[in-house]
Amino acid sequence: MNIVEPFAYGNSFFHRLDPRVKIITSVLFSVVTALTYELGILFVFAVSALAMLFIARLSLKKVFWRLIVVNGFILVLWLFLPFTTPGKTLFTLFGFEATVEGVEYAVLITVKSNTILIACIALLSTCSVFKLVHALHYLYVPDKLVHIFFFSYRYIYVINLEYIRLTNAMKVRCFIPGNNLHTYKSFAYLIGMLILKSHERSKRIYNAMLCRGFKGKFYILEPCDFHASDWLFGIISLLFISGLVVIQWIPTKLL
Amino acid sequence: MHISEGVLSAPVLLTGAAITVAGCAVGLKKMDYDRIPQVAILSSAFFVASLVHVPIGPSSVHLLLNGIIGLLLGWAAFPAILVALTLQSILFQFGGITALGVNTVNVVVPALVCFYMFNYAIRRENTFISLGSAFACGFLAVFLTSIMVGISLVFTGEAFMEVSKLVVIAHFPVMMIEGFMTAFCVVFLKKVKPEILGVAHAPIKSM
Repeated sequence: MNIVEPFAYGNSFFHRLDPRVKIITSVLFSVVTALTYELGILFVFAVSALAMLFIARLSLKKVFWRLIVVNGFILVLWLFLPFTTPGKTLFTLFGFEATVEGVEYAVLITVKSNTILIACIALLSTCSVFKLVHALHYLYVPDKLVHIFFFSYRYIYVINLEYIRLTNAMKVRCFIPGNNLHTYKSFAYLIGMLILKSHERSKRIYNAMLCRGFKGKFYILEPCDFHASDWLFGIISLLFISGLVVIQWIPTKLL
Repeated sequence: MHISEGVLSAPVLLTGAAITVAGCAVGLKKMDYDRIPQVAILSSAFFVASLVHVPIGPSSVHLLLNGIIGLLLGWAAFPAILVALTLQSILFQFGGITALGVNTVNVVVPALVCFYMFNYAIRRENTFISLGSAFACGFLAVFLTSIMVGISLVFTGEAFMEVSKLVVIAHFPVMMIEGFMTAFCVVFLKKVKPEILGVAHAPIKSM
């Protein structure tokens, strides 16, 4: 399995946007969408998420496959929710009654989940992880956590390479995974070896960093600065989201 | 094991986020700067382990390894797993921003429970006690995780009861495999590099 960031590089408005604005907007957008229970307002969010996807000019095919893979859990919910939610009967399947409310609930969850996913792909995945982590630093996330992010992101590739190397070595020795103790033992040793090698490597890297005068601080090479377009996008999305919040949660009597 | 975005209700999401923030604060406080590389590397090992597919029956499952992460990191597992799950949600869109807190809690809390239950027993010299408790550690970590996933779903709505039962039952084979994996992994680490587990080298027997 190779770890890639298929959407991170491109030329669009979102690819140029400041990562801080993207993080704040996507968090607000996700939280408000997750708490929306009215299909009408959810529809507005869904349309805006799709609009963002088009502005980001991403390959729709790739996004579609991403969504298919991630929707496995939702699929399981579809198998159960229509039948376990009490309400009016819609149809009967093998003696189980599916209810209108159940199907509505399942639709609600599916739309919600995919809306948030699309928005996050359009906003967050259009930015390299490195830039996002820098942005976290500027958003006052604790230093230690930001450091773990930097290291961990770097090591994922290293460990993955190591994993590929080790499995290749196993393949060369005619290892065929099956349902037996030998397989589980071999995989356990593989994981153990992976932990071991990474442990040694982490020590070496840390010593190398100390040699080069590391004092617990990362210097940011590309300072983030806000442009007019960042302010504009931030303010518009803030107004948009808070507008929908107001419409949704202020009772109609007051309006 | 990830709960998708948009499924859980506000109180569940909020509780998860609050526990994660508190747990990370404790974990970061207990962790010195020189442990950062080690924590980060186990965090990425957790990430990569979720890509390792182990065959079971006609299908395959991916590993969770939260038992062993808890064993090696203790409270530092909180930031480590939070980071790994965040990276997964950015790179693969598994889980997501709002469900991040709940997903982290569901993985880390069982890891911590296992850490406190088996930490001492696994480090014992007796191979059988060590092996048995390592198996229990891996098994229980996944079992508790599936239970917690179930609980977060049921607290969202009664309608999720059947799904929750399915989640727990479906993870039973995973629990077995994680148990075996953790046991063999601990034996391996004890043989090859006992310092990782905080055990001194076994004394070399005189001839």
